[in-house]
Amino acid sequence: MDRPIRVLVSKPGLDGHDRGAKVIARALRDAGMEVIYTGLRQTPEQITNAAIQEDVDCVAVSILSGAHGTLIPKIAELLRKEGADDVLLVAGGVIPQEDIPFLKEHGVAEVFTPGTPTDVTIQFIRNNIKR
Amino acid sequence: MYEKEKIDALKAKVNAYNEKTEASLAKRPERYKVFETGSGEPVNRLYTPVDVEGLNYETDLGIPGQFPYTRGVQPTMYRGQLWTMRMYAGFATAEESNKRYKFLVEQGSSGLSVAFDLPTQIGYDSDHSLSEGEVGKVGVAIDSLADMEILFDGIPLDKVSTSMTINAPASVLLAMYIAVGEKQGVSAEKLRGTIQNDILKEYIARGTYIFPTDPSMRLITDIFEFCSKEVPQWNTISISGYHIREAGSTAAQEVGFTLADGIAYVEAAIKAGLDVDSFAPRLSFFFNAHNDLLEEVAKFRAARRLWAKIMKDRFGAKDPKSMALKFHTQTGGSTLTAQQPDNNIVRVAIQTLAAVLGGTQSLHTNSKDEALALPTEASVQVALRTQQIVGYESGVTNTVDPLAGSYYIEAKTSEIEEQAMAYIRKIDELGGAPRAIDLGYIQQEIMDASYKYQKEVESSQRIVVGMNKYQVEEAAPQGLLRVDLSVGENQKARLAELRAKRDNAAVEATLAALKTACEGTENVMPFILDAVRVYATLGEICGVMREVFGEYQQSVNL
Repeated sequence: MDRPIRVLVSKPGLDGHDRGAKVIARALRDAGMEVIYTGLRQTPEQITNAAIQEDVDCVAVSILSGAHGTLIPKIAELLRKEGADDVLLVAGGVIPQEDIPFLKEHGVAEVFTPGTPTDVTIQFIRNNIKR
Repeated sequence: MYEKEKIDALKAKVNAYNEKTEASLAKRPERYKVFETGSGEPVNRLYTPVDVEGLNYETDLGIPGQFPYTRGVQPTMYRGQLWTMRMYAGFATAEESNKRYKFLVEQGSSGLSVAFDLPTQIGYDSDHSLSEGEVGKVGVAIDSLADMEILFDGIPLDKVSTSMTINAPASVLLAMYIAVGEKQGVSAEKLRGTIQNDILKEYIARGTYIFPTDPSMRLITDIFEFCSKEVPQWNTISISGYHIREAGSTAAQEVGFTLADGIAYVEAAIKAGLDVDSFAPRLSFFFNAHNDLLEEVAKFRAARRLWAKIMKDRFGAKDPKSMALKFHTQTGGSTLTAQQPDNNIVRVAIQTLAAVLGGTQSLHTNSKDEALALPTEASVQVALRTQQIVGYESGVTNTVDPLAGSYYIEAKTSEIEEQAMAYIRKIDELGGAPRAIDLGYIQQEIMDASYKYQKEVESSQRIVVGMNKYQVEEAAPQGLLRVDLSVGENQKARLAELRAKRDNAAVEATLAALKTACEGTENVMPFILDAVRVYATLGEICGVMREVFGEYQQSVNL
C-alpha cells in the first residue's frame, strides 16, 4: 500500500454525543490510519464535500439521535452523485438491529452497534476499502 | 479522630498485616495486581483509622443540614421525605409527551422532567432544513407557546415541579413555561422547577450550544437576575457533571470540572453586579451515578463539602443556603449494555443505591433498553419501581448518611475532594472554565480518560458482564419504541397554521424590541417573554439572538 488508509469520521445532524466518534477516531489513528474528524453538526452535503476534498477511502458516520434513517442514506446518495461511491461507508451508534437492513440497502457497508470492539471496526475497514 | 499513640500502634499492625499478606501472594495471589475503582483509581487492601488520620469530625463532616454539608443538605434527609422521583421523558409531539407525563404522575412520579428534541435544544423550528430527520426524536418538539400549552395540558403548574433539560435557549423555554402558567392562572412566583441552563458543559461534552461564550454567560446571568425577582422558587441552573461523566471522565474530574463551571457562573453573576446570596441559593447541580457504588457515594459527599468551602471562603457567601449543594442524579447511560439488556436493571439498582446513599435530592433512573432506543412505557415503569424499592424496602433511607465513618468512604471522600480541587486550581491557572474550554484543556482530559477506559474494556482488563465476558447469542430485541417520521410533517403543518393565524405585526414588533435589548445591556428576559406571549416561535427568537450574538465554533484536537 502506497499511502495510509484515510478515514473521515463524521457527526451528521444535530446530535452532540461525540464520545464514540472521538474514541473511534483515535483508535483508527493508533492503527496507522489518517483520520479527519468533522466535529459536530455536519450536513450530509458538508460530509460529502469533506470526503471528496480529503480524498478519503472511508467515511465513518456516528449517530445516536435516531436520525440515522434520514441522514445516512442521504450521504450515500450524495457520494454516489459525486462519483465517489467507491468510498467505503460505515456507521456506528445507537441504531436498532431492525434498521440495519434498510441502511445496508442504502449504501452502508456495515453498522457497528454499542459494545463493538474498535478492532472489529479497524479490521472491517482494512478488509473492505476499495483500492 | 484517634489519639496519636493509638494511631502509631495501629500503623505498625497494618504494616505487618500488609507485609505478611504480600509475602504469601506467591501462594495465594489476589485477583489483580492493582485493584482499581470504576474511575481507575487504586484501592488499598484495607482501610483503617490510619487512612482518616487527618479527619476532623466537627469541621470535615459535621451535622446534616449544616456546613460543610458532607452528611447531607437537610437535617433529616429521607426520614422527612424521599427524594423526588423524576423521570426524564419526552418524545414526538406535545400530545404524546403530555400522555407520558400523565402516566408517570399516575405511577407515582413526583416531578416532571422534560426532554426536548435536538432542533428545540439548538433553537431551530421544526421546519428548518437542519431539523430534517431530528424532529421529535430524542425529545418533544416545541416550536411555540402553542406546543407548550398542549405539553402541560391538564397538569396544574402550581402542583408539580418541572425540570427542563434546556440550555442555549433556556430563557425562551422558561418564558414559555411562565406564559403557560399565566394562562392557567398560576403566577410566576408560584412556579417550581429547574432549567438546566448550563452552557459550559455543552461546549465541553453535550454539544447543544448556540451562541459564543460571552453572550451565553450574559443570558445566564440575565436569567439569574430575572428569576431572583420574578420566579423566586425556580432553580435557575443545574450545573451538570452528568454529561462530563458520560463523555468518559473519571469521578474526580466530574466533580472538579463541574464545580469549576459553577465557579465561572458565580463569578459572572457577581461581575454583573448581583449579590452572591441573591442567586446562589437557587443554584443546583446534576451528577451521574455509575456502578462503583462506594466511589460514587464518596464523590457526592466530596462535591458537597468542596462546594460549601468554595462558596464560603472564595465568594464570601453568608446565607447557608448558598453553601448547600443540592443535586439531581441520573444513573449512568454509558454503563448500560446493548447486550443482555435485562442486566441493565441490576446496574441501575446499584446506581440508585449510590445516589441515595450519596444524598441526592432527586433521581432519574434509566431504563434497561436505553442502549438500544428510547425506553418503552414498560421499561420506564421498572426503572421507576427500582427507585421505589430502594426508597421503601431497602432500609437505607432510615438514617442520615449511613456510610459515614466507614474508613474507606471517608478516605475516598477526602481523596476525591483533593483531586477535584487540583483540577480547579489548574483551571484557575488557565484563566477559569470558559478559557480552559476554549483552550480545549477540559475536553482533552476527558477524551484521554475515555480512551483509556475503552482500551481497558477491549483488553478485558475491565469486565463488563455480557459484553466482554459471559456473552450469549441473542436475538435482536423486539418492541423498541420508534418515533414516526410523520411527527416532523405534522409539526411543520402546525407551524404553518400558527404563522398564518397569529398577530404577525405583534410578532415583528416584539422581535425588534428583543433585538435592541440584545444589542444593549438590558435584561433580555422581559423581551423574550413578550415575544413568546404573541406566539413568536423558538426559531424566530433564537434567530434574532443568533443575528446579534453570532454562533459558537467548536474546535477539536484528537
